[in-house]
Amino acid sequence: MIEVKDLHKSFGDAHILKGISTTFDKGKTNLIIGQSGSGKTVFLKCLLGLFEYEKGSISYDGKVFSNLSRDERTELRSEIGMVFQGSALFDSMTIAENVMFPLRMFTKQNKSEMEDRVDFVLKRVNLDNAHHKMPSEASGGMQKRVAIARAIVNNPKYLFCDEPNSGLDPKTAIVIDNLIQEITDEYQITTVINSHDMNSVMEIGEKIVFLKDGHKEWEGSKDTIFRTDNEAVTNFVYSSELFKKVRKMYLDGNQ
Amino acid sequence: MKYLHNIGTYFIMIKDMFRRPTKWSVLKTLILKDIDDLIIGSLGIVAFIAFFVGGVVAIQTSLNISNPLIPKYLVGFATRQSIILEFAPTFISIIMAGKVGSFITSSIGTMRVTEQIDALEVMGINAINYLVFPKFIALTLYPFVISIAMFLGILGGLAACVYGGYGTLEDYIEGVQNDFIPFHMAYAFIKTMVFAFILATIPSFYGYFMKGGALEVGKASTTSFVWTSVVIILLNFLLTSLLLG
Repeated sequence: MIEVKDLHKSFGDAHILKGISTTFDKGKTNLIIGQSGSGKTVFLKCLLGLFEYEKGSISYDGKVFSNLSRDERTELRSEIGMVFQGSALFDSMTIAENVMFPLRMFTKQNKSEMEDRVDFVLKRVNLDNAHHKMPSEASGGMQKRVAIARAIVNNPKYLFCDEPNSGLDPKTAIVIDNLIQEITDEYQITTVINSHDMNSVMEIGEKIVFLKDGHKEWEGSKDTIFRTDNEAVTNFVYSSELFKKVRKMYLDGNQ
Repeated sequence: MKYLHNIGTYFIMIKDMFRRPTKWSVLKTLILKDIDDLIIGSLGIVAFIAFFVGGVVAIQTSLNISNPLIPKYLVGFATRQSIILEFAPTFISIIMAGKVGSFITSSIGTMRVTEQIDALEVMGINAINYLVFPKFIALTLYPFVISIAMFLGILGGLAACVYGGYGTLEDYIEGVQNDFIPFHMAYAFIKTMVFAFILATIPSFYGYFMKGGALEVGKASTTSFVWTSVVIILLNFLLTSLLLG
């Protein structure tokens, strides 16, 4: 579980995060949503330890990040998997080498053990025959799946995904969403997803945190988001006619 | 103020380059790849330039000697001194700032733009050590490149002198051997090692700390070339004053 208390972050005079408190539960897909400029990416980068924050605390299963020594932070980071918006695959390595990279860096496994593990995770993300391809030869959906494989190869406790569906067609986006949810459930990972995609919100949002202007405006789940009367949430989530209809059907069906 | 900030950040990067080292099995691969990219990959252009510039130095020297009292072996002597003292260590380094420097800046800059550096940092890897240290180690072989440039520069001078009809082989070889001061070689290689460090670190700095997209990668490569050249020229002056002055 990740617990965030009263998190503040500024860049110069710009106060970006204004006291966010929330928890992200183990074995659940936790979504951070909000409009562009609401502070989602800054929040995610604070969670990852890429940005230092001025006030507040972030604890990973009780370990407060800011209290950890450099070595303890390094150890904690080895338990984190991250799927970047643009996949961030190392373009000088093949797909198999990309997936093997965290194992080479953080484990003492021999080559055959590493290859077995890479085979297993690539199969898990439905990429059986892509080992020797370079990232530039893979499609956007394949690259995302490789990024997920690389993120989970070292059995992380925490999985972060920044816009995992951006640039993907709706069908592939659903495949990626389902894959993340299955992996989260299967390995009991604490998964935090930064997303704009309302399909993801409706499909896999077991916990949803809605940010507005740097503070937490609302939190709930994919079920409670249909019933909320929070104006900021409804304006954002149900901005399209399609989702307005979906919401109406849901509410009509549950009366 | 911005320059001071950049200088401070540069020295912090140098310190971080030696902290939290990458696992040896991974580092070894990176070093070998960088030796191939930065050293082996530069040999062709360095050999080509050194040979022909050596030839030009010999021809120019020969054409400017009109006084019959000046011995003919001066062509070989002047070519050797020009190549060993300045052309090979300094001007080859300026050329390398363009070739190797822009390669380093653009490759690290592209990793920054495509979040590959963020990926390394999230994994808890010291990205500066992972990216810059292997380049620094690879460039410790830079004196090998400069030795080849020295040899081929003098050889180019010989070829131009003898086959161009500017002097005899015996005169040229006598000039090359005449009044040789071994410390000049030490001076040249001290400069070379300092320039190797600059070639590894300044382009890495501009790549690592760049912000923006593809356009900024190009701008960072240009800025990196300019500053690497400026620092090489300034250090050349300083080292020459200290070692030969």
